[in-house]
Amino acid sequence: MATYSTNEFRPGLKVLLEGDPCSILASEFVKPGKGQAFTRVKLRNLKTGRVWERTYRSGESLEAADVLETQMEFLYTDGDFWHFMNTDGSFEQKAASSTVVTEAKSWLLGQEVCNVTLWNDEPISVVAPNFVELAVKETDPGIRGDTAQGGTKPATLATGATIKVPLFVEIGDVLRIDTRTGEYVNRVKA
Amino acid sequence: MSSTDIGSGSFLRGASPSRSPAEGSDWRPAATIDALRTRAGMLRATREFFARRGVMEVQTPVLGAATVTDPAIDSLRAGTPDEPGPYLQTSPEFHMKRLLAAGAPSIYQIGPVFRAGEQGRWHNPEFTMLEWYRLGFDAPRLMDEVAELVNALLGPAAYERQTYAGLIDSRFGVDANGDEDACLRTARDLGLDCGAGVEEALDLILAEAIASTRIRRLFITDFPRRLAALARVGAAGAASRFELVLDGVEVANGYHELCDADELEDRMAADIRRRRAAGGRKVDVDRRLLAAQRHGLPECAGVAVGFDRLVALRLGVANVGEAMAFDWKRA
Repeated sequence: MATYSTNEFRPGLKVLLEGDPCSILASEFVKPGKGQAFTRVKLRNLKTGRVWERTYRSGESLEAADVLETQMEFLYTDGDFWHFMNTDGSFEQKAASSTVVTEAKSWLLGQEVCNVTLWNDEPISVVAPNFVELAVKETDPGIRGDTAQGGTKPATLATGATIKVPLFVEIGDVLRIDTRTGEYVNRVKA
Repeated sequence: MSSTDIGSGSFLRGASPSRSPAEGSDWRPAATIDALRTRAGMLRATREFFARRGVMEVQTPVLGAATVTDPAIDSLRAGTPDEPGPYLQTSPEFHMKRLLAAGAPSIYQIGPVFRAGEQGRWHNPEFTMLEWYRLGFDAPRLMDEVAELVNALLGPAAYERQTYAGLIDSRFGVDANGDEDACLRTARDLGLDCGAGVEEALDLILAEAIASTRIRRLFITDFPRRLAALARVGAAGAASRFELVLDGVEVANGYHELCDADELEDRMAADIRRRRAAGGRKVDVDRRLLAAQRHGLPECAGVAVGFDRLVALRLGVANVGEAMAFDWKRA
């Protein structure tokens, strides 16, 4: 099993900590004058997204995590799993559970190319594209002429997600959405 | 103080990802030529400072048959394929003390020293140490002189003095001398795993207390006996050792020097036992230093200053790499 010693720690390195794959965000060598040398590390748990801070004695090592960040196209969901396909022409497919897809599933209808993190060849996180275009399935009737004023109403999208939209939006409109904030950007097609 | 407050430690604050320079551009120094001009000016000012005070400049060997026994300092060796070779000195201390024992007056030295495995924002395996010894000085008097030198190089400012225990208590509310459980708990809050002993816990606590102090120029005094190194221990049990911390960075380490040769031999033997217990590399006592101290080290105080750190602080950069011509990634 590959391991990394504290002096090899650098941002971006993937290691196993408490059984979970983590990415090193920052590391710093510290040593009080005549005292023990330590390496303090900030890591992101790639499964939960939480940031951890740890302190190691210099020379200690962590096991390497077999983590691959790749792009995969979303195919469909069967309700339990979300199925993705490699975009490299291999047509290889992976299935991710609901707990892995988390927020991304609000924005996935089919054919979106997502950033998928694989650990030991299994998906552990799925990030939707920054922008998606989705049709409105349900919303209150639009108010004609009101294309500039403020004011919002809820709209349910084809994926089932509900977002706030301007009052002029109508059922069937295709909207551009920023998945990082979950906010309406503009109307692509009325 | 909540544990999250402690845990969001100051070490990583402002830590820039330490990446290696790209091939093709790594022939260039990390320091600007202007930075090196500042460094040259500081070297000149340091020599003038000591010349005015009648302190004599010396040069002692970089390669020596012996090295330090400190459990937490590892020496490099200048070997050949056939033999491990002499040690690259981790500090000029032993050679300089031998000069003092041989009758030298107060002396100073500016030169390269080497420590294996010390690499980071504030560490480079090869660095420049300014070390000096003052006959007849004690620790408080030498601290005054250190402050005068720093004033000359960085500009004048106010200094505070805090004891080792006082600093740790004021930062973490922990009694460093008594409450072992609290020390271990604090170290755990700083992310150290539970297997740590109290000595290791205190090393980490001290490092964090130093890095996070708001006092811009701080002398830490009265170290515990365990951390006496080569300082004499006073009647109250505290070591006559001090450190200077500038903006959270350790810059100087000084002692009212231990003159007793038997005590020196005992401490070195204890160091060697601790090294062995920790699985460290075997080193032998420097018999020439011991012989010199048996002959007689005059009453004196000495201090070592990390010169590159001083330059970095003057330049306002947060790493020593930009304060030296070529750091280890480019050397």
